[in-house]
Amino acid sequence: MSSPPLIAGFPAIAAALLIGTAAGVGGYTFLYAKGDSYLTDDPRACANCHVMQTHYDGWSRGPHHAVATCNDCHTPSNPAAKYFVKALNGYSHSTAFTSGNYPDVIRIKDRSRRIVEGQCRHCHEDMVAAMGGEGVDCTSCHASVGHLE
Amino acid sequence: MSIGSSPSGQVRRGGYLVGIAVVAALAVAGLAAFLVNINERKQEARNPVVRVVEITDETTDPAVWGKNFPVEYDLYKKTVDQVRTKYGGSEALPHEPTQADPRRTVSQSKIEEDPRLKTMWAGYAFAKDFREERGHAYMLDDQTYTERQVVVKQPGTCMHCHGSVYVPYKKLGNGDLTKGFEMMNQMSYSEARKIVEHPVSCIDCHDPKTMALRVTRPGFLEGIKALKASQGVQDYDPNVSATRQEMRAFVCGQCHVEYYFKGPEKRLVYPWAKGLKVDDMLAYYDEVGFKDWVHKETGAPVLKAQHPEFEMWSQGVHARSGVSCADCHMPYMRVGGQKVSDHQVRSPVLNLNRACQQCHRWPETELKARIEQIQDRFFSLRNQAMDALVALIVDLKAAREAGKSDKELETARYLQRRAQFMLDFVEAENSTGFHAPQEATRILGESINFSRQGQLALLNPSFKPTVPVVAIATAPAAPPPGASPAAPAAQAPAKN
Repeated sequence: MSSPPLIAGFPAIAAALLIGTAAGVGGYTFLYAKGDSYLTDDPRACANCHVMQTHYDGWSRGPHHAVATCNDCHTPSNPAAKYFVKALNGYSHSTAFTSGNYPDVIRIKDRSRRIVEGQCRHCHEDMVAAMGGEGVDCTSCHASVGHLE
Repeated sequence: MSIGSSPSGQVRRGGYLVGIAVVAALAVAGLAAFLVNINERKQEARNPVVRVVEITDETTDPAVWGKNFPVEYDLYKKTVDQVRTKYGGSEALPHEPTQADPRRTVSQSKIEEDPRLKTMWAGYAFAKDFREERGHAYMLDDQTYTERQVVVKQPGTCMHCHGSVYVPYKKLGNGDLTKGFEMMNQMSYSEARKIVEHPVSCIDCHDPKTMALRVTRPGFLEGIKALKASQGVQDYDPNVSATRQEMRAFVCGQCHVEYYFKGPEKRLVYPWAKGLKVDDMLAYYDEVGFKDWVHKETGAPVLKAQHPEFEMWSQGVHARSGVSCADCHMPYMRVGGQKVSDHQVRSPVLNLNRACQQCHRWPETELKARIEQIQDRFFSLRNQAMDALVALIVDLKAAREAGKSDKELETARYLQRRAQFMLDFVEAENSTGFHAPQEATRILGESINFSRQGQLALLNPSFKPTVPVVAIATAPAAPPPGASPAAPAAQAPAKN
């Protein structure tokens, strides 16, 4: 019985090379785009994309900069929900920023607005419990607490 | 012999490998494209400016400025676009080019759309030809070829706003801007047209070295000086004292204003010595005894108002809140990673996200509905004011033909002057009331009141109007109807 050839056939080599290349380019892209930063809560990660620079600047001068990061307001506190929302938003942001197809004055999506509203109440529950406050967003009146440009 | 090394097994394994290779190749290609895109976005964030050509205080041609500022230049060129909005914008209508008028498109005729305007302007060039205003790119051609140039020999003063005159003025005046301005005022329009090449250009608003905004128009410089003097500030120079945000309105206020031609030297003057409100301007005109023309049908000494956007804006809540012209009409936009002012000056209704939503964070449909509600209300009242004015003109004409004397008609004629100027003021203003809705409707209300008071005065000689009647000379006396009408050139000096 002959042993299998030590040097594999051309298709196998090509496949291996290409898979390796894919893995390499993919890994490089991940690092070049700072993909690992999105797993953290560091606000600087959100400003990787230049369109967010003014929002980052506004937040860093705003009243919440010492007590809340981007994720504290824009993702739910529950860890499972948080990473799900991060993934969902990440996908939306990537497609929008890659294609350039978004308005100059960014408009928040309804689902994101509801998350922000929930997060306001999550921290400020004691204060708003007595208000009830259904049907109006906290940010309708308190527009400057986050990141006013 | 194992299955894997059988001939059919080897073909199958070869097939899988080819499949994997193809998929991997596509994945690599897609990843490479993605990587390149990310790199592009990072490059955009860097925003370099390259000085390709030198720009001096003599560089009128916007194409030369465009070599250093291609984004702004491209946007500036887009003012050729003609899009209608409910009450604004313009329609591009085909025009058969002639020797006298080589334009291939024109915008719609306003006096055909609303013939009451012809009655309002009877005896004046505007009754002959008046079209909807369109983008900045057309300002020079539309002024050159309007029929208002045919029926009246217009002066070079008109060029102050409709062409890039900064460099021509300086050349005429040997470096003295005001001297050049005075010289061009006294030229005929056709002579002045020969030394002006471009519509409003970069140099008319920007300092060529620093790109800072600056005022170049003597009309505005003198007008704002007179206005500030009336407020107790002497020798005001906007190029020294204005804030950056004020400049973002002043550069537009160089031209989007009410004006008149003073005296035989046809000096362009903005009537702001008593203030920016329409009542202040009426008081000014009454004091200096100015009229634009004698109304052909009524013999009244009447005034023509031209596009007072700057003055109307100054009365509204946006001005009060520090919002300038550029904030809505040249809002910031993103081109790649660059933040630039949108140099395609046009209706903000066509650009709601950038022009409005930065501050008014409501859906576009809601904003548009609100804008239209404001304009609908204005327009409805404007129609009533038009009808009231026409009714007064008809009655005045009848009274004149019945042989009433100038003394008997004086009150009604003065009321027509007031009613007509106020109506024309907001009619000629291009926001359909939006710049200052409450002030605009106040003005229309008063205009209607004056028109009806005029009719009352004709019916009842002892009627006392709510304003004192000011006698304005109408020499030479307008010929009574039936005599051959005086040629237009013999009338009081007309503006375009």
